Amino acid sequence: MTTFSLSLLAALLVISVLAYLYRRNSMFVPSAVILAITAIVTLYSGESGAIVVARLIGIVIGSSVAAYFFRALLIVLLRGEAKKALQTAPLTAAFGMLVILLYSIAALFAPQIAPYGESEIVGSSYALADDKMILGGDQLGRDMFSRLIYGARNTVGLSIATTCLAFLMGTSLGLFAAIRGGWVDQLLGRMVDTVMAIPSLIFALLLLSIFGTSTLSLILVIAFIYTPLIFRLTRSVAGNIVVMDYIEAARLRGESTWYLMRKEILPNALAPLIAEFGLRFCFVFLLVAGLSFLGLGIQPPTADWGSMVRENATLISYGEYIPLIPAAAIALLTVSVNFVVDWMLYRSSGLKV
Amino acid sequence: MNDKKEVLLKIRDLRIEANTDVNRWDEIVHGVDITLHKGEVLGLIGESGAGKSTIGLAAMGFTRDGCRISGGTVEFDGMELSNMPKPQLRKLRGARIAYVAQSAAASFNPSHRIIDQHTESPLQHSLGTRLENEADAKELYRKLQLPNPDEIGFRYPHQVSGGQLQRAMTAMAMACRPDLIIFDEPTTALDVTTQIEVLAAIRNIVEQFDTAAIYITHDLAVVAQMADTIKVLLKGNEVEEADTQTMLDSPKDDYTKSLWSVREFKREQKPAPAASDTPVVSVKNIDASYDGQINILHDVSFDLHRGRTVAVVGESGSGKSTTARVITGLLPPSAGTIEFNGEPLPPRHTDRSKEQLRNVQMIYQMADTALNPKQTIGEIIGRPAEFYEGLSGSQLRRRVNELLDMIELEPDTYYRRLPSELSGGQKQRIGIARALAAKPEFIICDEVTSALDQLVAEGILRLLDRLQSELDLAYMFITHDLATVRSIADHVVVMQYGRVVEQGPKDEMFRPPHDPYTDLLLSSVPEMDPDWLTKLLESRGEDGLKAAGN
Repeated sequence: MTTFSLSLLAALLVISVLAYLYRRNSMFVPSAVILAITAIVTLYSGESGAIVVARLIGIVIGSSVAAYFFRALLIVLLRGEAKKALQTAPLTAAFGMLVILLYSIAALFAPQIAPYGESEIVGSSYALADDKMILGGDQLGRDMFSRLIYGARNTVGLSIATTCLAFLMGTSLGLFAAIRGGWVDQLLGRMVDTVMAIPSLIFALLLLSIFGTSTLSLILVIAFIYTPLIFRLTRSVAGNIVVMDYIEAARLRGESTWYLMRKEILPNALAPLIAEFGLRFCFVFLLVAGLSFLGLGIQPPTADWGSMVRENATLISYGEYIPLIPAAAIALLTVSVNFVVDWMLYRSSGLKV
Repeated sequence: MNDKKEVLLKIRDLRIEANTDVNRWDEIVHGVDITLHKGEVLGLIGESGAGKSTIGLAAMGFTRDGCRISGGTVEFDGMELSNMPKPQLRKLRGARIAYVAQSAAASFNPSHRIIDQHTESPLQHSLGTRLENEADAKELYRKLQLPNPDEIGFRYPHQVSGGQLQRAMTAMAMACRPDLIIFDEPTTALDVTTQIEVLAAIRNIVEQFDTAAIYITHDLAVVAQMADTIKVLLKGNEVEEADTQTMLDSPKDDYTKSLWSVREFKREQKPAPAASDTPVVSVKNIDASYDGQINILHDVSFDLHRGRTVAVVGESGSGKSTTARVITGLLPPSAGTIEFNGEPLPPRHTDRSKEQLRNVQMIYQMADTALNPKQTIGEIIGRPAEFYEGLSGSQLRRRVNELLDMIELEPDTYYRRLPSELSGGQKQRIGIARALAAKPEFIICDEVTSALDQLVAEGILRLLDRLQSELDLAYMFITHDLATVRSIADHVVVMQYGRVVEQGPKDEMFRPPHDPYTDLLLSSVPEMDPDWLTKLLESRGEDGLKAAGN
């Protein structure tokens, strides 16, 4: 036992005991769990284990502090409803928003931020990280860091376009079915059931091998696969709205289906749809990355996180963590989006603190 | 006599706060005192938002989510409830204090049998075995005069009627023989004829077991039957308290007097229209059904004349609202026709011309669901004018302002508001303005006042009456409240089981002789006389009560 690991354990112990004495359960449970894990890791692997744990704790505390300041900054900058909403936002949501903001900056200003071009060969293949390439090179000697930033643009951009298209189709069909009811509703519902009965990844692979792997067909195929899910959600949300008296009043006025969809139902169905948008975006994003990993997604030399993992996968067997960075970028974004979505779901469900 | 009895519940200077915004707490109950002796019934009355239910729940040491007791004491049988730990409170609730909610249908769990829900509480508090409790439940059902007391408990909540369910809930509250029961508007959702049996049952059982009760309601006539003392509340403050007879005979406070006088609004019946006059709407021999097999309406006919009001009365399920659906074209009739100014209307609303649609407008019972929560008042009222007359821009704005003036709301204040920012009465006024915006000749008012407080409802009735004389409108008033009929109708149609039982001018309808069903309806309306229920039950006898119940 070294002084470092001992002092780490002592600090954790003090925090746990204080939390217990002051009856702060939300502090006590995590600190006690971390204490136990640290103790076990330190016993098995000594000082190096303690350093890893300390680093992880540091990352968590660091991101909490960043999220805290980001939220404080937003509260200062914003006005009205948004400001009020943020004052009750949990730190996880603030963290999620911060990450999404950073990704969007990376995607929008990729050419300005990236030190090298997307497919520019800078050094030798699998070059180690140095001052020139902070994350090293890939299998062709291109800069990993630059490709990571361009990848944000390609992968995220494609996912957003696809999700928007899926929502456009799913929502309008769902609202239409809910208003018309009867055989229109039945027909659309059964068609959607049929599409949903086929496993989505296999269906995507099948359709892509038929229509080819251009970006356009990628967007259309994935949007088509996700439309049924959005149709079902919209249909069920709208189903509770069409029975309202104000819809009856609008119908008796002689309003058109298009007006009912747009002005009477959609505004009331928006909250769950926005939450679903965030959630569905993650699934689309993972599917795009997964397809790229299988070689049917975004085609080289365009940078894309899924294919970057595949191309450098051989390095993993040498104990290198560099190829895991694009995978971590995917994980971080989906987790962040989910943090924000959770918060929005919580708000739209009306369970305010 | 109260002095001799032991004090059961003593609330002193109770203050309750509600969380209205982030980190903001507003006081909604401002220091209320209650003293309740054993076996005594206290009536709490007031408009919605007066804090009746909040105080009732606080008597159990409970506050709703987002509320907290910020001051004062709640002492039940010598124990302080406001700061009692939860495990101890749990031992009291159900066992010694019970609660009966407004809507029994929403309060029973639909997937368990009634008797299983009944015995849950005594078993939880270790009072006897399951079999003993089931026997006791049956005994209580018998006392509450439920049909088939031995068998009814084994049904699911949806298999019994609303009035029976409300009585089963009262039985459930009695299961542990509590010292105190809180009744929160237990009869508000029921028809007048059903209300009678529930009131009689509650009063009976409270007397038999010498249970103390807090009876919360906004209906003065009901509270007069039930309570020994009445406390009037207004916006979280106590207005006055007195025993029932004193309170009815000589209320001191102006607010209480205004509550008492509400029921006095009565419009004279207008002269009958000339025989040659074509009715605005004529309903001729309508039959209708929802599934094509079982007829809901049988041979319904009546006429509506310009500037007159026809009231359609009956219990729930009598076909009042179905008739309205047929007239609006939502449900095409299987036989018969609807004529508008002598011209037949197409049976389906989708086949009607814009002009025909414009002339038949509707005002709904629940203003909450009748106004789109995401549209501003300006959009809601402006849309019919935009749709039918093609108004836009400043012309549209002028028309909306004109309509808001008509319903006595200040245009600039309300134009941009959302429905959620209005009170119940204001929302109902917006519903009226939306109907008027189409410039119709005929408006269907579907229970427009039944969800409102009496003072507010009276305001709405006066408004509708004024608009009728200004714009020469014909109204069809669907209601189960005979006080509303008395105040606004010219012609009354009584419906039962989808048939018109009796119809005629109002003045004739309120004079005997009646059809037996009309008689039952009329005699079931509570009066502001504490002995009314007793007298009524005596005159009807056992059979009368059963007839009312089934």
